[in-house]
Amino acid sequence: MAFEKDFNLDVTELRLGLPGTSEESEKQASTTLRISNKRAMPDMNEDSSVAADKKCDQETAPPTKAQVVGWPPIRSYRKNSLQTKKTEAETCGMYVKVSMDGAPYLRKIDLKMYKGYPELLKALEEMFKFKVGKYSEREGYNGSEFVPTYEDKDGDLMLVGDVPWEMFINSCKRLRIMKGSEARGLGCVV
Amino acid sequence: MQKKVACSFPDEVLEHVFSFIQSDKDRNAVSMVCKSWYEIERWCRRKIFIGNCYAVSPRMVIRRFPKVRSIELKGKPHFADFNLVPDGWGGYVLPWIAEMAGAYPWLEEIRLKRMVVTDECLELIAKSFKNFKVLVLFSCEGFSTDGLAAIAASCMNLRELDLRDSDVDDLGGHWLSHFPETYTSLVSLNSSCLGSDEVSLSALERLVGRCTNLRTLRLNRAVPLDKIANILGRAPQLVDFGTGTYGADLQSDVFSSLAGAFSSCKELRSLSGFWDVVPAYLPAIYPVCSRLTSLNLSYVTIQSPDLVKLLRHCPSLQRLLVLDYIEDSGLEALSSSCKELQELRVFPSDPFGEEPNVSLTEQGLVSVCLACPKLQSVLYFCRRMSNVALVTIAQNCPNLTRFRLCIIEPRTADFLTLEPLDVGFGAIVEHCKDLRRLSLSGLLTDRVFEYIGRYAKKLEMLSVAFAGESDLGLHHVLSGCESLRKLEIRDCPFGDKALLANAAKLETMRSLWMSSCAVSFGACKLLGQKMPRLNVEVIDESGPPDSRPDSCPVDKLYIYRSVAGPRFDMPPFVWTMEEDSALQLNTIGNPIGSEWEHNMKGIQGLRAQMPFVLYLAELSNTSQW
Repeated sequence: MAFEKDFNLDVTELRLGLPGTSEESEKQASTTLRISNKRAMPDMNEDSSVAADKKCDQETAPPTKAQVVGWPPIRSYRKNSLQTKKTEAETCGMYVKVSMDGAPYLRKIDLKMYKGYPELLKALEEMFKFKVGKYSEREGYNGSEFVPTYEDKDGDLMLVGDVPWEMFINSCKRLRIMKGSEARGLGCVV
Repeated sequence: MQKKVACSFPDEVLEHVFSFIQSDKDRNAVSMVCKSWYEIERWCRRKIFIGNCYAVSPRMVIRRFPKVRSIELKGKPHFADFNLVPDGWGGYVLPWIAEMAGAYPWLEEIRLKRMVVTDECLELIAKSFKNFKVLVLFSCEGFSTDGLAAIAASCMNLRELDLRDSDVDDLGGHWLSHFPETYTSLVSLNSSCLGSDEVSLSALERLVGRCTNLRTLRLNRAVPLDKIANILGRAPQLVDFGTGTYGADLQSDVFSSLAGAFSSCKELRSLSGFWDVVPAYLPAIYPVCSRLTSLNLSYVTIQSPDLVKLLRHCPSLQRLLVLDYIEDSGLEALSSSCKELQELRVFPSDPFGEEPNVSLTEQGLVSVCLACPKLQSVLYFCRRMSNVALVTIAQNCPNLTRFRLCIIEPRTADFLTLEPLDVGFGAIVEHCKDLRRLSLSGLLTDRVFEYIGRYAKKLEMLSVAFAGESDLGLHHVLSGCESLRKLEIRDCPFGDKALLANAAKLETMRSLWMSSCAVSFGACKLLGQKMPRLNVEVIDESGPPDSRPDSCPVDKLYIYRSVAGPRFDMPPFVWTMEEDSALQLNTIGNPIGSEWEHNMKGIQGLRAQMPFVLYLAELSNTSQW
């Protein structure tokens, strides 16, 4: 066994086993190993220790990417600088105020939490208990008296959904859910 | 025949000769020649490097070297950088400062890495060392700007204050005003890690203005772009400059004064900072680009074409740090523009994303390696790799000394063949004969370790994660890598056998870290018992390891050689395996007749017959540790 001759079995060296016995041949580990970064004993070592596994604490679920501590190996200050921007998050389009016509107070949402318009609209619908109409590029939102709009970097009032998502979150300064006749006016843009 | 009488020089002559010998290794060699050389040398040693603050005690160092002027200490293991070492583990510098305050009143330089430094420490430094000149706190933590204020107020001869990557409690920029108006000796200031939005700009400008020897100035993010021109205007002699925020609404007057300020900095060779970059402002640095040797764009979140436009102006670049927004196309352009490149670090912009967000693959790295003949140091994050690419890199860059590859998804195979990347990394160690540092990733079997053990004879530091199949892997490394000093391993199936069979090797290394591996508590106890010159520390936040069977694997293990014995500042979740504790085999909970139990009992039987392990003369090699 290749394994044996790589171990320089000298009686003066620490080794496992009683004096006079030779190294037992071991099963080679399979390559399909599964290790969690928790304390569980990996199952590719000596099979007799498998029984001992059961006595130890064991995590059964493999960790998802987000759960692996310290991987990939990036310093915290790098991770932080990638994620956070300066405190004026509003101008960067992250946390924006959301108002709804007729509602007594505003809410604030983090645009980074959403992957795209459908998710954002759904969240707004849930937050303010309303339904948007169906969006089309030509006609805006049809079928509802509520229309989601936003104020962009230039201060203009825009219809949510017209520009690509990335561009939207980088230019949106605040959201406004318009209601009623004012909203319908916007829907009839030239 | 004339009898030759041994001519002994007066001590002063020898001391003068020794003053030309700076390197620790040479100094250690000198001290071993004979007793009198040992004595002379120890009295004139001025600079000490201690790679592990727990390898030796302050008192031992002071006893041997009474006239030290400069000390460098390292504390936590490297994996602390990635949050693998729990808070409170250790690495406190206060005991050192406290002892040195009395013993080294003329201490000039303190350089610390990964240590816990408190405001109390900083105040003690400020109070105790009248000629204090250099304070470097590299990746340290535990202090605030109040401590810095104490240093600023008291250290009249301070030349260098470098807080590189430290975690500082930034209470605002007022600490800068504690430098007296009469203070002018600053040469280097790196406060780029400070996180507060507040900074005392007027104090900063005045400080910069009156310190005419200032060569290095790295600002923190809070310093706005429109202040740069003013600051640079006061320090046109700067060699190394780090901006704060480099973004603002584009205004032509701000741009032109910025460009003007940069053009008057004829000595500028290194630029960094660049948070929140607005691409329109980048051309302001073009006047200095042709002379730049080092550029840190690792916070620059702009796209590849803008990055390339900038890099085309930098033909003298030797060192580049950049985000993966540069993409393969940008790296290709880099390789044709920057022929002097020696070091490249590419960081991931979206490390936790499931899908790649940029077009950066192994091709980018290959193109740089093919076209930049001086490349020596690589740190590269990517999402795929192939053996063919690694072999190409190895064959074209035989001068690599540092190669750290991080394939973001653990255990990723060669994307072309779906095989492990053993052959690729094997080529790296085989061709790059001067390789000193290597970090592995991807799908790897025991074979890669066989190659490493066989070829990586100059390797000093190896980082391994999610790799290997059995103890053979670890055994290859421990038995083959002659120059190995630091080994750090996480999430690998390495257990007791290789560790115990190579116990003596551990005394020739600075340290070994193993976390989420398969080393049993019983083996740790055994190692601690057999090897009194090793500190075997078990880190386990889930409770005392002896409440579980000895066959249970330990969560984290940190082994390092030490002449100071076990440390006494351990938190409750760290246990040292002491040599004088009787090896009580905890058989309760172990399966009866298990192989593990059988093996451990065998070891106990061997104890009486075990010859003593030979040790090196410890104190003369202190500084190498």
